[in-house]
Amino acid sequence: MTAAKIEVLLQTLISGLLLGGLYSLIGLGMTIIMGVMKIINLAHGELMMVGMYVAYVLFSWAHVDPYLSILVAAPLLFVLGVALQKYLINPVLKVDAILPENQVILTVGIGMVLANLATIVFKSDYRTTPVEYATKAWYLSDYWRTSPIELSLSFPWTVSFLFAVAITAGLWFFLARTDTGKSIRATAQDKDAALLMGVNVERMRVVTFGLGSALVGAAGCLFLPIYYLYPDVGGQFTLTGFVITILGGLGSTFGAIIGGLILGVFESLTATYIGMGWAPVGRFVIFVAVLIFVPGGVASLLRRRRLGK
Amino acid sequence: MTRRLPPLVLALLAAVPAISLVPGVNANYWLHNFILVVMWSVIGMSWNLLSGYCGQVSFGHAAFFGIGAYTAGLLYAKLGLSAWWGLAAAVPVVGLAALVIGFVCLRLRGPFFALATIAVGVILRVVAENLTGFTGGDLGIMIRERTWVEKTWYYYIILALAAGTFWFVERVVASRLGYYFVAIREDQDAAESLGIDTTRYKTIALVLSAVLAGFAGAFYMNYMGYIDPKVVFALHDISVMAIMVVMVGGVATRWGPVVGAVIMILLAELIRTIPKIGVAHHTLFGVLLIVVIIFLPNGIVGDAPKLRRLLRPGRPS
Repeated sequence: MTAAKIEVLLQTLISGLLLGGLYSLIGLGMTIIMGVMKIINLAHGELMMVGMYVAYVLFSWAHVDPYLSILVAAPLLFVLGVALQKYLINPVLKVDAILPENQVILTVGIGMVLANLATIVFKSDYRTTPVEYATKAWYLSDYWRTSPIELSLSFPWTVSFLFAVAITAGLWFFLARTDTGKSIRATAQDKDAALLMGVNVERMRVVTFGLGSALVGAAGCLFLPIYYLYPDVGGQFTLTGFVITILGGLGSTFGAIIGGLILGVFESLTATYIGMGWAPVGRFVIFVAVLIFVPGGVASLLRRRRLGK
Repeated sequence: MTRRLPPLVLALLAAVPAISLVPGVNANYWLHNFILVVMWSVIGMSWNLLSGYCGQVSFGHAAFFGIGAYTAGLLYAKLGLSAWWGLAAAVPVVGLAALVIGFVCLRLRGPFFALATIAVGVILRVVAENLTGFTGGDLGIMIRERTWVEKTWYYYIILALAAGTFWFVERVVASRLGYYFVAIREDQDAAESLGIDTTRYKTIALVLSAVLAGFAGAFYMNYMGYIDPKVVFALHDISVMAIMVVMVGGVATRWGPVVGAVIMILLAELIRTIPKIGVAHHTLFGVLLIVVIIFLPNGIVGDAPKLRRLLRPGRPS
């Protein structure tokens, strides 16, 4: 391989990892909802779209930095998620119907309403957020004069990635150390047992849905400086989140992180070596491959390793 | 009554083109709507067979619809044949595609199957958009010479197709196959333990359902004369619409898809004609879907007794 080829490969891997970090955050929100509720939230990307528009509105009206608007968007999405769970999804859980997938179809309905309302309010124009650091980047040659290859690290991508890492760490702390977090994990493991241990399962469901929404809302704010925004932007991220959930192993938080990183790198490789338009196909090729060869996802591989020892 | 109903409805529908005799009615416009209603009832019946009876909820019926449409379109664009051959060609092409899709997706259960089918729909759309040399990419396929200017023949063709589909689904559901499907829907493990090869019968349900949707797609190509990946592989406007048609009408009921198609298409048309509200039609559809799922989980036909009780308060039934 020539230096130029190595340069392209390394650059692709770097941008893939940065993208993957953000994907992990989307996948995490979906996976904890999946773990506790046993349903897939197909309005996930649309909730992210709402988060993006919150940040966009704050930026264009008051020039609030998208990273700062996480503080507004995440709580707002938490409330929205709680309301959706409490008033729409919980009642459906009690309804007796032929198809058990009713709740999934319900989330599709919610997603449709959110995307359409966004179209009405904001029109279907593509929008970008012109933050002043949008094109800022660090170059390897600035730090290492004699470097044979040139690599760059985009400023907004890196900051978004670091924020994603911080939020993930915070989530880990919440789930591992706090009482509510432990109750959520208990509900995910066995809801009947949790109920017997005095966990308010209904409440945990509501909190989990809120938490998942808040996470993806935060992810929306992180995506805003580096991505464009339009009302139907959510659909692709719903699918991304779902692919990560399958890739990581259903309901596994650690798996979702690894899955997000793998997906980011893989998509980045597809985009570089096959073509920009094919990146979504790459996403689903890996999805199908996982289904066939590793049906339990990354989590099952980890578990097998641990048991083997 | 139940035995006489299908021929009666068919006879009534066959008389629809007579609206051109009524003065003051835009017959072309209404015929167009009726064609869409009948076409959607075919797609609905197809979805109902797989998801309603066999319980494998598909979010990707656009995939089969689109493959059918592209089969017809490519026959015309690449081979110079009449696009009507697409109706015949759809059987092997869509059937084969469904076998492959089923091989991958039917490993999954419940909501995961549903999601895998969404992925299939999206993959096909992206592939059709990117294979510009073969499918024409975003430019789509256009049939320059229409078979008929009048809509009457198109209407009778789709009506025949719908009648055939109705009869076919009826036969399948009443056969041993239909009982296997319902057994799989109710409890896959129990069905398996009773010796039903669930994977095999799920694949059969998928292939049958896919071919029916493919017919609708091939017809759509002929009728509209233009397709592109965003139209025929649309997630909301095809896949979710198929679900809504059946959810509103009634899951796993024989008349559900038909009732649902009438309501959804006429409603969509009504909403579109109202200025200002027209843009919000997805919102209204979404709200309708939410309301139906919460209050009429088995659809209008499935929950008809409940509806009747609601409409006649005070009288015990």
